[in-house]
Amino acid sequence: MSNDSSQSPPDRRLLIAFAWLWVGAPLAYGLYELVHKATQLFTG
Amino acid sequence: MSPPVAPAGWSRWLVPPAALAVHLSIGQAYAWSVFKPPLESALGLSGTQSALPFQLGIVMLGLSAAFGGTLVERNGPRWAMTVALICFSSGFLLSALGAWSEQYWLIVLGYGFVGGIGLGIGYISPVSTLIKWFPDRPGMATGIAIMGFGGGALIASPWSAQMLESFGTDSSGIALAFLVHGLAYAVFMSLGVLLVRVPRTEKPVEGAPSALQGPQVSARNAVRTPQFWLLWIVLCMNVTAGIGILEKAAPMITDFFADTSTPVSVSAAAGFVALLSAANMAGRIGWSSTSDLIGRKNIYRVYLGVGAVMYALIALFGDSSKPLFVLCALVILSFYGGGFATVPAYLKDLFGTYEVGAIHGRLLTAWSTAGVLGPLIVNWIADRQEEAGKDGSALYSVSFLIMIGLLVVGFVANELVRPVNARHHIPAPREAVDVERQQPESA
Repeated sequence: MSNDSSQSPPDRRLLIAFAWLWVGAPLAYGLYELVHKATQLFTG
Repeated sequence: MSPPVAPAGWSRWLVPPAALAVHLSIGQAYAWSVFKPPLESALGLSGTQSALPFQLGIVMLGLSAAFGGTLVERNGPRWAMTVALICFSSGFLLSALGAWSEQYWLIVLGYGFVGGIGLGIGYISPVSTLIKWFPDRPGMATGIAIMGFGGGALIASPWSAQMLESFGTDSSGIALAFLVHGLAYAVFMSLGVLLVRVPRTEKPVEGAPSALQGPQVSARNAVRTPQFWLLWIVLCMNVTAGIGILEKAAPMITDFFADTSTPVSVSAAAGFVALLSAANMAGRIGWSSTSDLIGRKNIYRVYLGVGAVMYALIALFGDSSKPLFVLCALVILSFYGGGFATVPAYLKDLFGTYEVGAIHGRLLTAWSTAGVLGPLIVNWIADRQEEAGKDGSALYSVSFLIMIGLLVVGFVANELVRPVNARHHIPAPREAVDVERQQPESA
């Protein structure tokens, strides 16, 4: 039996969370600024 | 550089953030306008001159995607993302040098030419890999990445504006802003380079179809098929129709309601533009994911058919109802974004995954064409109508009729799309792929 199948693959949940946070945080900032500006259509 | 193969247990959910790290960065291109006024005052440029880096960047995006696609397929996503990182980042660094030394040609060369290559290679870099990782949901996967390109401007626009406010809008302040952009984007994109992997097998997920299932067509053969050119027309018409609104969104809504009891203020018009950006982004992920459920041909029927109806509603009743105008414009912009994001999956359905990234790169010339066509139609006609003494919504009525016509042309082209003739297919899945990869391009 090969090593691949005898050992369970490493848990990558932390890496997945980090990767999504890396791209999600700036996107959330951009969306916040967008919503802020878009509300001017109804209030401006 | 050989493509990085995923180790055992590598999650496919690590690939979309890798793609997003690149697309959110290169999407900055759509926020170039933030730099225009400071550059104009610091270097004494005209509006046309200050638009040059962006225009050259978009031209280079189309050219490098079209001509670099085969290299991207051959060398893999990590190579492509590395090239994109180096070009996009050094484009900013060259621009910083140009602003600091007040040599504008360096900014055009850096941001437009060098950075533009980064845009094109970066745009197509994750497409093929995402489709291979998500053979069960290719529309959703490419939708996430291409949504990032729309999201990039949302991030860069306020971020760049704040930076210029802090550093100042003279040449040294602009130079510092360019420098920070170059370094920050290099760090941000490096996550994509480090994370991206190609799947170990053709079937990365249990129960999903194999990535190499169905007909496989090389990029060289794909451009010889009517299906490629029909899709080229579909994309070009859909993008032209979207740009028709996007290009003049703020003056358009102001003109439409100028003589009504509810005129639109400058800040409200800016809000409308922001809302359109949100619809554009939401369409990329929303409609592209929907295409996995209802099929690619059907979703383009919606984009083009319902899009034409939306344009007709604006032309007929737009000036009598602000909510109707806004709603129709939002739907059109969501279809514009959806059209961009769904096309890689449509290509995969027709030509397989073998060289889908390279085929996508070649198809993006439709975007470059539409980028010229859309603004030209709307601006030219609006100017002629103004000269003829018209105002308000009458400035745009002819443009809207042309947009409806273009969408109908796109609709017909989509109806004509049929499966690719077997003579264009690669004979057998594995052996043929290996044989064809060893052959030179001119063979």
